[in-house]
This record gives sequence, C-alpha cells and structure tokens, in this order.
Amino acid sequence: MLSVQIKKKLGAFSLNVAFEAADGVTGILGASGCGKSLTLRCIAGIETPDEGRIVLNGVPLFDSEKRINLPPQKRRVGYLFQNYALFPNMTVEKNILCGLRHQPDHQKRREALNAALDMMQLKGLERHRPAQISGGQAQRVALARILVSQPLLLMLDEPFAALDSHLRGALQIQIKRLLEEFSGTALMVTHSRDEAYHLSQNIALMDDGAFLAVKPTKQLFANPGSVAAAMMTGCKNIVPATKTGEYEVEVPGWGVRLVTAQPVQDDVCAVGIRAHYFGLRVQQNRFAVRQTDEMEEPFEWIIRFRFAHQAEDTPDVWWRLPKDRRPQEMPPALGVAPANVLPLYPPHRDAGKGGGNA
Amino acid sequence: MDWYPLWNSLRIAAISCVIVFFAGILGAYYVARMPRVVKGLLDVVLTLPLVLPPTVVGYFLLLLLGTRRPLGIFLMQFGIKFVMTWYGGVVAAAVVAFPLMYRTARGAFESFDETLAYSGQTLGLSNTYIFWRIRMPYCRQGILAGTVLAFARALGEYGATSMLVGYTPGKTATISTTVYQLWRTGNDARAMYWVLVNLAISTVVLLVVNMLERRNDRGVRS
Repeated sequence: MLSVQIKKKLGAFSLNVAFEAADGVTGILGASGCGKSLTLRCIAGIETPDEGRIVLNGVPLFDSEKRINLPPQKRRVGYLFQNYALFPNMTVEKNILCGLRHQPDHQKRREALNAALDMMQLKGLERHRPAQISGGQAQRVALARILVSQPLLLMLDEPFAALDSHLRGALQIQIKRLLEEFSGTALMVTHSRDEAYHLSQNIALMDDGAFLAVKPTKQLFANPGSVAAAMMTGCKNIVPATKTGEYEVEVPGWGVRLVTAQPVQDDVCAVGIRAHYFGLRVQQNRFAVRQTDEMEEPFEWIIRFRFAHQAEDTPDVWWRLPKDRRPQEMPPALGVAPANVLPLYPPHRDAGKGGGNA
Repeated sequence: MDWYPLWNSLRIAAISCVIVFFAGILGAYYVARMPRVVKGLLDVVLTLPLVLPPTVVGYFLLLLLGTRRPLGIFLMQFGIKFVMTWYGGVVAAAVVAFPLMYRTARGAFESFDETLAYSGQTLGLSNTYIFWRIRMPYCRQGILAGTVLAFARALGEYGATSMLVGYTPGKTATISTTVYQLWRTGNDARAMYWVLVNLAISTVVLLVVNMLERRNDRGVRS
C-alpha cells in the first residue's frame, strides 16, 4: 500500500501528484514528458520533492513537515530502469549479488543467487557481462537483482521500451506472472495502453504533471469519463456534445443526436466512440455517412467517413473493422449501440483521490 | 655520472601524481555537483594553472609559500619549507599537473550513466561502494589517461619548479632544470645525454596513453 502526495517544480514543469496504490499492479499511463518517471524517482528517493509526503505500508519515506527524507538505500523500493542499468563492469552473477549485500551469511547469499538464476532462467550466463547478453536477458538480470534485494515496492519504468517488438509479447507474459507472485505494491510506468491494460489491475492516468484518475483497468477502458482519459485509452472519435435529454446528447459537429445507455449528467462536454464500435447492422444511432478515405493494416481496415450533415471543421470519423467483415461497398448508413456512446466530462470530475489538476 | 636529477624527477612526478590523482578526482566529482554559477567559477580557477605560463604559477606559489609570507612563516614553525627544497618541487609539479587530471576526470565522470548510481542506491549499495566499484571502473579509461598525462606533465615541469625551488645539484635538480643548467654552462654533450633520457621517458608515456585510448575505442562496454 503506497500513498503519495507530492509537489515538485523543475524549471517550467511542475509536478503535483496525489494518489494511493493498493497492493497489486498500478499502471501509470501518460504521454512522454508528463512526469511519470519523475514521480517514480521521487518515490525512490533519487529526486527530492519540494513538499508533501510518501508513505509505504505505513512507513513514511518522505515527509516535508516532519523533515523525514530516507535515503534511497533505506526505502526498500525496487526500481527497474528503462535501460535496466546493469553494472557494465560486473558479470551477471556479480550484478545479482549487488542486490544481496544486505545478507551477511555467505551460504544464504549463494542460495538466494542460485534461486534467482533459476527463476529467471539465467543459468549458464553467470560469467557473462551485460554487453554480452540480449535485451531480454538483461531485463531478467535486472529483475533478478531487484527481487533478491526483497523490495516492498516494485517500480517498472517502461519495462519493454528497450526491447524489439517481437520480444515484447513473451516478456509481458513473463512479467505478468512475476508480478502476480510479488506480494507488495507495484507501479508500472508506460505510454502503451496495451501494456497497461495487460499488466495492471488499476490504472492511473497522468497528464502534464498531475494524475487525472486512478481507476480499475477494465472500468477505465469501458468508461473513461473525461476527454483526456478517453484519448489516453485510445478512443479515436472524441467530439464536443451537449445534453439534450436524460439519455441523449446533441453533437453539433456531426449534425446528429445520439442516444446513450448511461444517464447523461448536466456538465457533459463531449462524447467518445471507439473506432471499433460502429456497426453495419446496428439500428440505433444510425445515420447516413460517406467514406472519405481508408487505410489498410495487416488484419484490419481503417475507414474514415463523414456524416451527411457534418460540420466543415470537424475531423473525419474513424471506423475500424476486421478485414473479413468489410462489405463490398461502403454502406449508406452506420449505427452505434447506445452503450458504446461514452459521455465525457471536464477533467475535475474524475480527479484522483485528494488532488489532480482541479 | 650523477643520477640524482633522474631520481629526483621521478620521485617528484610520482608523489605529485598520487596527490593529483585523488585531488583531481575529488575536485571533478564535487565540482560537477555544484550549482551552475559556482561550478563555472571553480572550473576557471582550477583550470588556470593549465593556461597560465608556469613561471607565473611559480610566482604565485612564491607569493603564497615564500619564507617571508604569512603561510610560509607559519609552515616554517613546523619545519616545513617549500622554497628551495625537493618537496617544494612536488608542490610546483602538483599544481601545474592538477588541471590535466581534473579536466580528464570530469570528462570521464560526465559520460557516466547516472542511472547506474541510482539503481545502485535503490539496491541498497552505499555511496562509497558505488563510487569505487561502479563509477570509477566505468570511467577508468579516462581516469587512467588523465593520470598518465598528469605524470608526464609533472615529470617535465620546469617553469614553476625553477621559480620555487631553483637548481641546486644534488638537492633540487630535476632533469629539466639540469638540461637548462648544463646547456647554459656550455656542457652540451651532458645536456644532450639528459635530453635523450627525457625523450625515452616521454615516448614510453605517450605509448601508454595511446594503448589506453585504443582499448577505449574497442569499447569494453559497447
């Protein structure tokens, strides 16, 4: 259980985050430069926040009022860096032993080392140097080194960014298993919504130095709630809207009125419709459309279209469908189920616990 | 044949090299962490001996350590006199060679990947351990090169040395001051002899530097 409430100014950038992360994995999702890594560095003790407090399992790591600021060495926070930060002058074995220097007993140290080598499938690489092993192996060494140091909090900073795309899938499954075995709290920073969705139970959305929301992963994707959250979860069609009824909004940019499944609040400012959700045979919210262009992907088509009365300055609408479902000709009208029309609100509505950029 | 200048030059170079090794590394390490303004100022002060004529450096050293100066008088009470003594030569050589070590070490430290230090800290490694077992090995090529350069510079020191400790055969004479003295007194053959000794030493030093640089190129840490 981690509770963070910190502020830090770095030149023109200001970080102001407040969130709580329960045991299990919390993904921190946001664009590059939004302060994700800085947040991790403050928690690890590499950077000192200007003010606030960081509490891990009831133990304060940092508290500006009580003048507590534990050095990184005393925080028991495992930090997997983007480049894995293996010590280049040491062998794989020596690197892992660096995480075991707290263990005075030689025999126990060897046992822990061997267990880690076994678990991370690193047998046979003990005498190799970091420059001689692959990216995937380097990641496993870095994880082994962190896990033998028995951290209470695990932080992974873009764990797959340094890997070739074909390696990512397999390693994601491996890390998922590892994280499930880890009993404490884990934070994973990523800018990939797929990674966040796959690996984390909760997702914290971050934008410009602040947390927008911390929500259970499935809930966040099903109902992002705000424009920024919808964008970060990959919603392609976001358009301004106003309330016209309990379950109805008007979208002036598209020249249509859409029926929703969830009740619309008074301060609705936009609606989001994921590119997958338009349907050929859906009868609700069905309007005349015409195709403007198309893009071919390996297994899907992306078709962009405009509504019959769409405003000039409103961008084309994205529709994404599997190749085998594409009709011969562009249908004259498309529909979207009310459940897939997501009402979106100004950011303050779903701000994270105790803060956000209200 | 009097071998004293060779012996004296080597011991002055060796001792000042050890001093400069630690002073340069500590200077480089701490200056890099200073606020920008202080850093710029300290950087200028610490590099000055490299660009000033050595005689000017020697002049400053006399101002500081001269027997009629406050610090000189103070040191005399403990029987320490840097003027006209061989260990005064160590001071002169160290001051002149310091910037070489300082600057090379700083360059090496600046190329260091700080995330290595951070990950060491989060793993519970002490800062001392990180410095000597991770940072120094990572930067060892640059630091070794700096050390060799500092040694070579200390060995060839003439200007500041002649100002501070002069030339006394069997006492403060070094190879470089001996060459000058022998030439000045018309003893060209002997001067040539010491020139050859000096050439031999310098060649060895340069070979070592090249060897280190080549190893660096091969990229031990690609």
